[in-house]
Amino acid sequence: MPTSKSHTDKKNIPCGQNRLVLGNVGVINPESIDEYIAAKGYDALKKALSAMKPAQVIAEVKTSELRGRGGAGFPTAIKWAGAANEKSDVKYVICNADEGEPGTFKDRAIMEGDPHKLIEGMALAGYATGASKGYIYVRGEYTLSIARLAKAAADARAKGFLGENIQGSGFNFDLEVLRGAGAYICGEESALIESIEGKRGEPRLKPPYPVQKGLWQKPTVVNNVETLANIPAIVLNGGEWYRAIGVEGSRGTKVFCLMGDLNWKGVVEIPFGAPLSKIIKEMGGGVKKDRKLKGVILGGVSGSLLTARELDTPVDFKSLALIESGPGSGAIIALDETRSIVDVVDNIAHFFMHESCGRCTPCRAGNEQIVHLIGKIRKGDGSHADLKKLEELGWNMYQTSFCPLGQTAPNILLQSLKKYRGEWEACLAGKKEKCACCAC
Amino acid sequence: MKKNTVIEDLHRTQETEKSKTYLESVKMQDVARECGVPAAQVYGVATFYTMFSTKPRGKHIIRICCNLACHLEGADSIVDALKGKLGVEIGGTSKDGEFTLEQSSCLGLCAEAPAMMIDGQTYGSLTPESVGKILDTIRKGA
Amino acid sequence: MFHVKINNKSHEVPKGTTILHACKHAGIKIPTLCYLEGVHAEGSCGVCVVEVKGSRTLQRSCITAVTEGMEIQTNTEAVRKARKINTELLLANHPTDCLVCDKNEYCTLRQLSSDLGIKNVSFEHTHAERAAKDETSPSLVRDPEKCILCRRCIAVCAEKQSVSAIGMTGRGAASAVSTFGDMGLGNAECANCGQCILVCPTGALMEKSEIDGVWKAINDPKKTVVVQTAPAVRVAIGEDFGLEPGTAWTGKMVASLRRLGFDKIFDTDFTADLTIMEEGTELITRLKTGGTLPMITSCSPGWIKFAEHFFPGVLAHLSTCKSPQQMFGAVAKTYYAEKLGIDPRDMVVVSIMPCVAKKFEARRPEMNGAFHYWQKKMGLKDSESFQDVDFVLSTREAAKMIKEAGLDFPALPDEEFDQPLGMSTGAAVIFGATGGVMEAALRTAYEVVTGKALASLDFKAVRGMEGIKTAEVDLAGTKLKVAVAHTLSNARKLLEEIRDGKSPYHFIEVMTCEGGCIGGGGQPFTTNLETRKKRASAIYKEDAGLPLRKSHDNPVVQTLYKEFLEKPLGEKSHHLLHTHYTKRGVHPGDVAHEKKEHKAHAHTH
Repeated sequence: MPTSKSHTDKKNIPCGQNRLVLGNVGVINPESIDEYIAAKGYDALKKALSAMKPAQVIAEVKTSELRGRGGAGFPTAIKWAGAANEKSDVKYVICNADEGEPGTFKDRAIMEGDPHKLIEGMALAGYATGASKGYIYVRGEYTLSIARLAKAAADARAKGFLGENIQGSGFNFDLEVLRGAGAYICGEESALIESIEGKRGEPRLKPPYPVQKGLWQKPTVVNNVETLANIPAIVLNGGEWYRAIGVEGSRGTKVFCLMGDLNWKGVVEIPFGAPLSKIIKEMGGGVKKDRKLKGVILGGVSGSLLTARELDTPVDFKSLALIESGPGSGAIIALDETRSIVDVVDNIAHFFMHESCGRCTPCRAGNEQIVHLIGKIRKGDGSHADLKKLEELGWNMYQTSFCPLGQTAPNILLQSLKKYRGEWEACLAGKKEKCACCAC
Repeated sequence: MKKNTVIEDLHRTQETEKSKTYLESVKMQDVARECGVPAAQVYGVATFYTMFSTKPRGKHIIRICCNLACHLEGADSIVDALKGKLGVEIGGTSKDGEFTLEQSSCLGLCAEAPAMMIDGQTYGSLTPESVGKILDTIRKGA
Repeated sequence: MFHVKINNKSHEVPKGTTILHACKHAGIKIPTLCYLEGVHAEGSCGVCVVEVKGSRTLQRSCITAVTEGMEIQTNTEAVRKARKINTELLLANHPTDCLVCDKNEYCTLRQLSSDLGIKNVSFEHTHAERAAKDETSPSLVRDPEKCILCRRCIAVCAEKQSVSAIGMTGRGAASAVSTFGDMGLGNAECANCGQCILVCPTGALMEKSEIDGVWKAINDPKKTVVVQTAPAVRVAIGEDFGLEPGTAWTGKMVASLRRLGFDKIFDTDFTADLTIMEEGTELITRLKTGGTLPMITSCSPGWIKFAEHFFPGVLAHLSTCKSPQQMFGAVAKTYYAEKLGIDPRDMVVVSIMPCVAKKFEARRPEMNGAFHYWQKKMGLKDSESFQDVDFVLSTREAAKMIKEAGLDFPALPDEEFDQPLGMSTGAAVIFGATGGVMEAALRTAYEVVTGKALASLDFKAVRGMEGIKTAEVDLAGTKLKVAVAHTLSNARKLLEEIRDGKSPYHFIEVMTCEGGCIGGGGQPFTTNLETRKKRASAIYKEDAGLPLRKSHDNPVVQTLYKEFLEKPLGEKSHHLLHTHYTKRGVHPGDVAHEKKEHKAHAHTH
């Protein structure tokens, strides 16, 4: 039985959303360009090409204060301006559709449900930065996304929204859908570029940044799917309109992925600034079986682990930074009182060990040692010295890893050692992992 | 067009000939020659990405997700059910050559956990019973 | 210039300098591991980290450029802690057989652990079985257990040699350096140059040892064990005894080999002179009769294998001359064996080479000219074939044997080679440096063609470390265009010109290793750009001080022709001193592919 895509299940989605990016998802037929056009599709592109200069497009994005939606939250306008200012015979726009962060499926929702929106966003990015060639790098496992994007691109080309002299404007832009082959690290922009260049996905040294020297050493803008999907509305309605949504430092909406011990799971889109507890209650329908919440993983397994006491924090960049957290990819994994934090951390540690590219010692060997130590501790053979070693390994990975994978891999481990020390201690003492308390 | 097609070429090589879900040495060397890169580089790419295999595999590749959301929803019991039904360990191929069982990182099906992919098709909300039915359907060629 | 602060002191450094170099100029040596000047700067190991004010994390000094106003701390508690952890992470899975490891004197990892003050490794061994040793190559042994994944070997193989026989495979903790399909170096397009051995910081890469076989031969009273030494060995071997490079230790080298128990100490330089006679004649013949040009030298076996793999369509350009090592073996087991009146099978020829590709060369099936010479006379079956050269020792192996024998190399007296096969000229000794074969050949060719003596024997234009050197020599009206390349990436450039029909040269010298043989893969581990230059200058100094400096003046070579070979390119030479090559290709079907692509190349000037 193929999976039912609950994020497109109209009857079941929570109320109170602000579906700007997801507006067409579950509403129009994603394989029909005509339905997209009927829903104001490609109006933004037509507007930009006929009535705006590239610099004006960037200005609107700047006014909107749009930040990257992949996890890093880098201001999109600054990235685009950087590329626009580079003098080069050729520039590229790359859409990072390598969505691999565990707990994240929002980009898949967009690509499967509204592929044209992404294509329109990319064309606008190309126009703004002076790029005439784009690539959508989709993870190899997203077969339906790949098929729908390829069809959408072909249909867009046929209708003159891609290719040469788009809508008679003199602007040329075309794109290709490329597929990955199973490597989380290729979600890191420089590793993604290496992959497009036919190599192992090993991150590059930065600086230089992709906007200066990216694909084939040319200026390249790399943006997340959700980021690009925001662009058409910003161009059509103006940056001020977008800026009015959300809170200071975190404008607009964010697509969140709800899963774990919740009554409702799937993608929702709401403005930044809502407390996490509210999202869990009103969007997620509260904790399954009326249990207590032990903790929440926010932003993916490279994100952060929040205790029940931290759940009233508004979900926006500034508020979360105060508790060493961030929205990350938008993944929200709820853990109820029956869950073992040590078990969760062990699962995460295996993930990072499997996905480390292997190039730098702190991450390659560090992740391996972490898995080994956690295994030892769970068997009951661990000691306090081993907990200290875990902290040292995590510190070293953060300080000396070559790329963000290694730097963020120990986040949840280190937070669990601080916030859920009791559970770890219980393991050392050979007690059952699930201790009575929720957080220490 | 620049010679940046190593990954796509390897995908296509692996997909041609339904029974060959892996990359033969000779074919990898062909890709190296056509892309103008050293054979060692192509081999390095083929062994880096999990969707490629340099060793023979079954007709159908099962990718069972073992990351957090699926783990929380009992992926372990699904893995055990698959191992039992196919008589293999992780990475093994069933005796009839139909299925190879592989562990996967997050497939982005977390709201339908536990989930898996078989070839290009996704399957969610799995139970130890439902996986058996899925395998039978595929075996019958439906 | 940028103004920076290093450990609270102000310094001025040129723009674009890395933190590592800036600190070096400030007299601070930051520990490194995977970094290798001129070869590799990738940032894998994480040992060279420093604190930079304003950075949330520690920075790698080897690849981070200084910026204006940067404030660097190289000796904080955090920095020392991180360096130790990253090193201990490598030690955790590293074999602990340092006491008996071939690399223990020169192991960078061992030195680093000591420098960092590591007293115990706080991490446990986690690796499951690693891949077994790769012993498929006759020249090299690769031990993945000792590999710390620094990737220097991959860098040198790809960039300096443009071979890329090895690369990274797998991912994460399962990564490994390996050949295509894990087929082993002996089955891959490896040129056997051994440059990877020189850059490896641990004992993961080593030559394949032949020391045991040589001791056995020396200890066998029935065998006459004859040793030949390459020119590049005498200017490097002393470094393994702590001596400073820049000197030729020929006399001590001979003395030490004599005391090891070899029956005769001969000199490969003798057959280097012989090679010039044959090759010079071959060149002149090709020039006169419209033969395949440019002609390319053929004494570097790493280069030969490279051409056989990557440019099989260009093999006709190679000189058919064997290398001096191989010519020696053939002459020793025929001419010299007859002189001694012994069964050639009782002669063991050992060569000491700066090169590990020579181990491969000695085992090439066609290198049994002496056997063919004797086969009819002695009624031998094909299965009783024996090689011209039996054992090849690297300079490093020879030094090991000298130490094992308890000899104090620096204190030995200077002794002379045995005769007759120990006689050589200055033209022979310069074979050890890039440009040397060319210069030796020109010294002879010029006089043979013009009948005049050269005004100066020094062809400075073909000397030095530049990747490709070119010159023009006036040979009685004919402008001879020559080129000299060292490292295979430079050779590749000249080969592509030939393949595309665009080569302007008549004669090309190729040496596989940087600097020529003096920088060979079998040389002491003290090899770097500095020592290569110093060894080369010692070679030219040796040449300048010798009484005879032209190959054709070698009296024993003249006698050899009179008594045995008759004339260059004669019947006997053809069988004993010349060889053929094997088209190998890189991928199956490559040889047919090359045939289609290669255009007719014969041209005259």
